[in-house]
Amino acid sequence: MSTAATPAATSDTAPEAGAQAGGQGPAWRSRALAGAVILFAIVLPLFYPSGSGFIGDATQALAYVVMALGLNVVVGFAGLLDLGYVAFYAIGAYTIGWFGSGFFSKADVHVGVGGFAASLPGIHFNFLLVLVLAIVFAGLLGSILGFPTLRLRGDYIAIVTLAFGEIIGRVAVNGGNGVFGIGSFNLTNGRQGINPIDKPDLPLLDPFTTLNLRPWYYLALTLALIVVFINLRLRDSRLGRAWIAVREDEVAAVSMGIPTVKVKLLAYSMGAAMGGVAGAFLGSFFATVNADQFEFSFSIFVLAMIILGGLGSIWGVVAGALALSFINTYLIPDVFNGVPSKLGLDFDLTQLGFGIFGFLLVIMMVLRPQGLIPERRRQIELTEGLEDHDAVYDVEVEQ
Amino acid sequence: MEASTAPQTTRGRVSRAELGQQIAKWALFILLLLLPVLYGVKDLATDGDLSRLGENIKDGLSNGAILALIAIGYTLVYGIIELINFAHGDVFMIGTFVSFTMFGTIGLTIATGGLGLVLGITLTLVIAMIACGALNAMIERVAYRPLRGAPKLAPLITAVGFSFILQNIGLLWLGGSHQSVPDLIGSQDPLFTVWGVKFIHGDLLAAVVTIPLVVLLVGFINTSRSGRAMRATAQDPEAARLMGINVDTTIGLTFLLGGMMAGAAGIVYALYQTDAWFFQGFQAGLLAFTAAVLGGIGNLRGAVLGGLIIGIIQQISDNRIATEWTPAIVFAYLVLILVFRPQGLLGEQTREAG
Repeated sequence: MSTAATPAATSDTAPEAGAQAGGQGPAWRSRALAGAVILFAIVLPLFYPSGSGFIGDATQALAYVVMALGLNVVVGFAGLLDLGYVAFYAIGAYTIGWFGSGFFSKADVHVGVGGFAASLPGIHFNFLLVLVLAIVFAGLLGSILGFPTLRLRGDYIAIVTLAFGEIIGRVAVNGGNGVFGIGSFNLTNGRQGINPIDKPDLPLLDPFTTLNLRPWYYLALTLALIVVFINLRLRDSRLGRAWIAVREDEVAAVSMGIPTVKVKLLAYSMGAAMGGVAGAFLGSFFATVNADQFEFSFSIFVLAMIILGGLGSIWGVVAGALALSFINTYLIPDVFNGVPSKLGLDFDLTQLGFGIFGFLLVIMMVLRPQGLIPERRRQIELTEGLEDHDAVYDVEVEQ
Repeated sequence: MEASTAPQTTRGRVSRAELGQQIAKWALFILLLLLPVLYGVKDLATDGDLSRLGENIKDGLSNGAILALIAIGYTLVYGIIELINFAHGDVFMIGTFVSFTMFGTIGLTIATGGLGLVLGITLTLVIAMIACGALNAMIERVAYRPLRGAPKLAPLITAVGFSFILQNIGLLWLGGSHQSVPDLIGSQDPLFTVWGVKFIHGDLLAAVVTIPLVVLLVGFINTSRSGRAMRATAQDPEAARLMGINVDTTIGLTFLLGGMMAGAAGIVYALYQTDAWFFQGFQAGLLAFTAAVLGGIGNLRGAVLGGLIIGIIQQISDNRIATEWTPAIVFAYLVLILVFRPQGLLGEQTREAG
């Protein structure tokens, strides 16, 4: 493998992992940088009023970081293009919808909840318990959805996952009255959605309300940091190396004794579990779970985050998720929305959101496929064959 | 294609792999026949004849003709560069939009009579085909050609990106709501009735546009010099280049042809469904891709056959189960096909398949 690639500018916190780490400076420098960033993230909300829109946007952005890191495990680490990631957002969100609201009003189940929620009908589980359930459900769904794709080649995986995502989306939209036209059980309440959703009730943090967004922010930050840490450890683990091996050359990986079935299914279920956590959190944060949230475009939104940041690069993905989330919730609707009318054009910029992300995907892939903060190994992989124009025509042997 | 997976099998001893293949193939047939047979029996029990099922199948064939035209674009492109051209469904959408705008521009209304109508629609057809062909070739040039040497993931992602760009262009063009296209041909007016199955003007249009186009395309690919170049490139680009074929031009031509078929599908859709919507391409694209896979990707006849079958399944599901579940049902078929028989009904014709 060529080492002539430009040195990666990542602030890798685990350079002791040897050849994989792309950090430039000594260990203490990247650690200090990570520490400074975390400290900055902790004090940031103190400069804003507790109910400000900025903290809300930041909370959402952090939840998207969790989601993007989950997709990064599947697409970035294991190289399986998953276009149906929204399915796991949906399952996480419905988990809190089912186990943390008065939706099933005939049931009267309360587990570990105090205060107001304890007096309501319906199923009310403690938020942490719901998170565990979301991890379990999404993880299971991930391996179930992953299973049929194991034998397929790369682009068919994309289509099958997309089809699954669409099926889940259809169930969400139409599941208010039976599933697949069978029965009349109200599973999802369709576009009206399930609301209100319980707010988390956790020790150490202030009560979660719509007026005080700081506890939401800190909860999201905690989740994001945990997931970043898990991602870092995963990447440098035996499993992480197995993913990279499968991504780079599956046949070689099999001959080296890597159990590809197990390794791929683990990638699917771990990525899915992270999506489920983010979904449960966002369900509670938005106080509603409705079918319109689970459209195909959301899968592409998350995909655009990891492409922008750099496939497989953890810090890149974090940056990409934060950037796109702020573009989506702040820049497009608030800052640049006046631009078209100033130019004498008559349209609403928010309508163009996904066109802009589509454009971003094309531009990034053509001009800088390795992303803004590339992972070194991935960068070499993505740029290698390009000079050698004939390399396309090597028949890829995939099973 | 079966022969290539197990070439040494003699008549007496069928290898286990081939047996599995055969079982999967028949299972797929049974799966496909499940819905029509189920509802056919139901009809016989309730109405005493099969006219309702016949009507479903006839409507399905007309819708399937549109899907077949789109599926040809997927299959041609996949056959030659092994890329799922994700933006293809949206090229079809642009075809409908071009037709809608053209009808307004050249002043076709419901009142326009006989000859004027035929000339106007033919002109629109030609323009929609040229516009979509050019658009598709442009997308190839901008988004796929620079990534020829990159891993497969990269062009797939730009394809998704372009799909979103085209959807947004559609959104800006005609707005976010459904636009109703003037019912120029009286799409739902009855034409004649055979065995209790009513044929309508829309069916005639679908047949009159689709059949000649498919025949012309097959003729072009099978007999012309450029068609031979396309087949050669699909088989082995490097050898084709050594034989003096300009591979890039040939790939561009493939996209052009695929786009033209999508444009034709676009105008048929506009006249048949009398509806235009910026999001129509996404679902139609997925259905058509399912059709292409069902027939065997890379296989032109397969794409047409798959399109017709998926059209029938879609129609039966629309009519009997519920319109809102149709996409989920077709996607379930897609997953089952890909998992159990990824080479489709007629066998795929790609380099990977050998």
